Amino acid sequence: MQVPAQFQYEKATSVEHALSLLGRYGAESRVVAGGHSLIPMMKLRLAQPEVLIDINDLHELARISVEEHKLCIGALVRHADLLGSAIAGEHFPIFHDAERLIADPIVRNRGTVGGSLCQADPSEDLSAAFAAVRGEAVIQGTRGSRVVAVRDFFVGPYQTVVEPGELLVQLRVPIRSSASAYQKVERRAGDWAVAAAGAELRLRDGELEEVGIGLTALGAPGFHAPEAEEFLVGGPATDERFAEAGRIAAEHCNPVADQRGPVDYKRHLAATLTTRALRIARTRWHGQHHEEA
Amino acid sequence: MEITVTVNGRSYTRDVEPRLLLVHFLRDELGLTGTHWGCDTSNCGACVAWLDEVPVKSCTVLAVMADGHRVSTVEGLETADGLDAVQRGFMECHGLQCGFCTPGMLMTARWLLDHDPAPSEEDIREAVSGQLCRCTGYENIVRSVRWAAEHDTGRAAEPITEEVRAEVRK
Amino acid sequence: MTTTERHATPMGYGRMPRKEDPRFIRGRGTYVDDVTLPGMLHGAVLRSPYAHAKILSIDVSAAKAHPKVRAVITGADLAGLDLAWMPTLSHDVQAVLATDKVRFQGQEVAFVVAEDRYSARDALELIDVDYDPLPPVVDAQRALDPDAPVIRDDLAGRTDNHIFDWESGEKALTDEVFARADVVAVQDMLYPRVHPAPMETCGAVADMDTVTGKLTVWTTTQAPHAHRTIYALVAGLPEHKIRIVSPDIGGGFGNKVGIYPGYVCAVVGSILTGKPVKWVEDRSENLMSTSFARDYHMHGEIAATRDGRILGLRVRVLADHGAFNGTAQPTKFPAGFFGVFTGSYDLEAAHCEVTGVYTNKAPGGVAYACSFRITEAVYLVERMVDVLAYDLGMDPAELRMRNLLRPEQFPYRTKTGWEYDSGDYPRALRAALELAHYDNLRAEQAAKREREELMGIGVAFFTEAVGAGPRKHMDILGLGMADGAELRVHPTGKAVLRLSCQTQGQGHETTFAQIVAEELGISPDDIDVVHGDTDQTPFGLGTYGSRSTPVSGAATAVVARKVRERARIVASAMLEVSPDDLEWEKGRWFVRGDPEAGRTIQEIALAAHSDLELPEGIEGQLDATCVYNPPNLTYPFGAYVCVVDVDAGTGQVKVRDFIAVDDCGVRINPTIVEGQVHGGLADGVGMALLQVMAFDEDGNHLGGSFMDYLLPTAMECPSWRLGETVTPSPHHPIGAKGIGESATVGSPAAVVNAVLDALRPYGVRHADMPLTPAAVWRAAQGRPLRTDLAIT
Repeated sequence: MQVPAQFQYEKATSVEHALSLLGRYGAESRVVAGGHSLIPMMKLRLAQPEVLIDINDLHELARISVEEHKLCIGALVRHADLLGSAIAGEHFPIFHDAERLIADPIVRNRGTVGGSLCQADPSEDLSAAFAAVRGEAVIQGTRGSRVVAVRDFFVGPYQTVVEPGELLVQLRVPIRSSASAYQKVERRAGDWAVAAAGAELRLRDGELEEVGIGLTALGAPGFHAPEAEEFLVGGPATDERFAEAGRIAAEHCNPVADQRGPVDYKRHLAATLTTRALRIARTRWHGQHHEEA
Repeated sequence: MEITVTVNGRSYTRDVEPRLLLVHFLRDELGLTGTHWGCDTSNCGACVAWLDEVPVKSCTVLAVMADGHRVSTVEGLETADGLDAVQRGFMECHGLQCGFCTPGMLMTARWLLDHDPAPSEEDIREAVSGQLCRCTGYENIVRSVRWAAEHDTGRAAEPITEEVRAEVRK
Repeated sequence: MTTTERHATPMGYGRMPRKEDPRFIRGRGTYVDDVTLPGMLHGAVLRSPYAHAKILSIDVSAAKAHPKVRAVITGADLAGLDLAWMPTLSHDVQAVLATDKVRFQGQEVAFVVAEDRYSARDALELIDVDYDPLPPVVDAQRALDPDAPVIRDDLAGRTDNHIFDWESGEKALTDEVFARADVVAVQDMLYPRVHPAPMETCGAVADMDTVTGKLTVWTTTQAPHAHRTIYALVAGLPEHKIRIVSPDIGGGFGNKVGIYPGYVCAVVGSILTGKPVKWVEDRSENLMSTSFARDYHMHGEIAATRDGRILGLRVRVLADHGAFNGTAQPTKFPAGFFGVFTGSYDLEAAHCEVTGVYTNKAPGGVAYACSFRITEAVYLVERMVDVLAYDLGMDPAELRMRNLLRPEQFPYRTKTGWEYDSGDYPRALRAALELAHYDNLRAEQAAKREREELMGIGVAFFTEAVGAGPRKHMDILGLGMADGAELRVHPTGKAVLRLSCQTQGQGHETTFAQIVAEELGISPDDIDVVHGDTDQTPFGLGTYGSRSTPVSGAATAVVARKVRERARIVASAMLEVSPDDLEWEKGRWFVRGDPEAGRTIQEIALAAHSDLELPEGIEGQLDATCVYNPPNLTYPFGAYVCVVDVDAGTGQVKVRDFIAVDDCGVRINPTIVEGQVHGGLADGVGMALLQVMAFDEDGNHLGGSFMDYLLPTAMECPSWRLGETVTPSPHHPIGAKGIGESATVGSPAAVVNAVLDALRPYGVRHADMPLTPAAVWRAAQGRPLRTDLAIT
């Protein structure tokens, strides 16, 4: 069995402690929470941090709550907890759709929301889900915290705006009237996405007042599809327009071929899954607002 | 570094390297070889054990992360009262062949029944979807867990009466 | 179907819980990695990152300087011991540790022995190998190009990558049949490279006792006795000083037949250090370097009359054997039992040609529950029948029914020379179609096609040839494929059965006890089955090719009958009658005409050890041994129906129903038989939809972990629905035929046929496995993927 190289281990007891450890060890240190991305990479010796800073005891980061009309998801919230959170599901069913298909139930018991975002894997479902609903990332440094739109959180594959010495502490999503959904094609249960799309929308007087589209594993900058969103806003939520939005999303994303599929197929999925996610979100909207409809 | 981990109710203190994986701590340090490993990438689930109250893939958890925590393994399923219902179910329904995935499957099954005493076939398949079995085609694993659900009256091995079974089904 | 109630132990055949389960459900099995010996050291293998490269130099000085490292071994060191190369099971040689160059990614280059496994792994990082990369041969279809790099320049005079040509059947007659056929359907198809991937990887603990000179190797082997003899031949060790112990094995499926370089290195490590050395490979090592399976590039042609009478089959195969010809099959069968490619049909003629080639990939080829290449053969013929049905516009079930061998044709000699022992094929197919409600499914499919929904129904029929084999025709490295058995009956009537075959989950400890119980009337609870230790068991060739029940099962019945006959003599002395006057009922000899006068086997066992006066020349005791040399293979068969729904928008396939009707002759423990079938069906779904080891143009392995090599989970598998027919083998002592590989052999074609049936509205006639969503979508677009290469 593969085993990691040696490292020094530090267990953080508070956010402040974690930040001071990050400050002390700098770029040679890595934060570990669930470890389900980092530890396999360390076993393969693709990652060899000199210091590992364990934040599993930072219970204050493990909460899901509503504060100031925002759904707040701590960075240490486990996937299973997000999947099990009624309040998250009530406001943003996209999270439940996505979580149901992230890895497997045992991995979800351990892997964390913050870890998934910080890993910035181009195939990470939650990145697209948070991008679709225009979430925000709260990043803490020794000199205070800053808030970055999730759409601006990713610099590139496996790269985020989190600086050395900083810690992602929370994800937030403004709660508003909306409906959302996530659609994913995977080769097998537990596999990473071949491609996936998330959609969030709000209708007013039969017109789309707000649309968010997230794309996974499709090479979309910031995991979203701004051209398709712009096309849809201000018009009716028809099948034809959803199909056109899918076409636009497919045109503007930039998937790469791998053993999950060739580029033409992934583009096809971008269109198909965007369209499907939009239609499911619309159905959910009408389900929630049937009195108004 | 020195860690203290409570495994199956017994406290163990060991001096370990920080990089030691929990699965190796259990197997090599404590001699609890019932927990297996089958891959390196947290895909196969042969290493499933409980960390506190939840099943985890112990090949992807550091032993130092379990310091001060409780770990439960297949060796802890049997008690003075007898075999656990999931253990009996796997024997009754031929839920294992080579036996390598079995400890992980049992630990997940026990967790599932603790949270859902009457899981559907779909629920069971979903629960073990992160665990590979190369022998059974999963059919008899599903049947074993269902058997266990129907016979799960604590961990005693007494024969189950129809009334008890009906009670469990409710 | 399977009873879930507590059952009494049957006195013989029937359902009973497995005797091996109590240890496994407590986590008390003993697998190789569970073996810990005092002073044990740990080995790790350094592997090549390149598919093809010259080794310019290897510097191990830094690794040797690691404080916990005890030894570092390179090919040069082994060459000094004449161990750098070892024989393969196909009369080739394979590098134990590379000396001249590396020939596949993941090939063994150096071996480190250290005090613990973490340090051994660390020390690999300290070895500096200077490689000069060479162009690799990745695409088997280019291996014989005149300008292809020559992989095996270690073999004198070698100027190309050709290994062998082999043919079967009558070419002229086949060509003549094709010339007069109304219809000829032609199809190329690939059975891609897959890996059996048992849950437990391969490994060994080698312990050389420097005082006695005795080498004990605890190892993951399906064939302990064959390993012992091969170690003796490879290492020049005296065979009586070698003990192979195969403890609990976490699945084999063919992966654990051969001897891998890591085992040899562990042995050498133990000899060099004087300590036990454990080596257990990780999952990537398992997938990248140990026996792959299949990799058959097949060209099929099927000839028929216009009304659907199949006349002939013509097949050409390009077989990718990797960098060393290491396939595990009987010597005279370089393409395994591919010669049974005529399947279950009554043909006029058939012919096949197989060409084996070297490529820069791991060696292997016969592994993974394939019954020596019958998976490939069945897939070929069952796909060709569907292609023919497509061309003729006929229902594939109807076309099969029209051409299946009829019961009165058995025993049936095929056009390629195999003698099928028994069968009632139409009965099995009818049973499967009825269980599936085939007509209803076709009606549902028609209605769905109106709505542009994709649903497919796949049918496959297979005949297996298992139980190798008659030793006259079948040997491995000169070792004839017969199995010994030894049965001891203790004075109190409890018995110990010693076998050469090795369970990897098949339940031998239960099944073989049941055979003895059936023959002797001793409860299976009172019979211990000993296997997996060459010091304790008689010689035999091991468990693979579904041979345990056909060969060792037969040996068990025969040795039990020998005991029964010995008991008869003792009973005759006890009852003071002639042995000829005794009759047997299960568990007891009694006097003919006087049923009250009898002795149980337990009473006889005690008497056999007592002061009872025995007839002249009778030694006492009941113990017996035998060697069973099968007169023929056994031929299990079955009919499978698979039902799939395909998402037209994404290409995703859902297997929603699978019906398997198997006929493996007499069933000893039906529960175990069904379990074997279940597992094989999951394999079929895996191979048809998920599993493949592809390679990029540089020869990089693209399936080197369970993230990339996808095995089916519970979510991809439907709830299997089984049926059965029973046609005993006429030549097997208990009429059993073997079941371990039937479902793996028969099911892939059923799944693929179902998916292609679903894609019929797109005019898709064939697409290669695995039918991933991308592959399905591209097939529907008329631009199928080449699944064995990198997707670009």
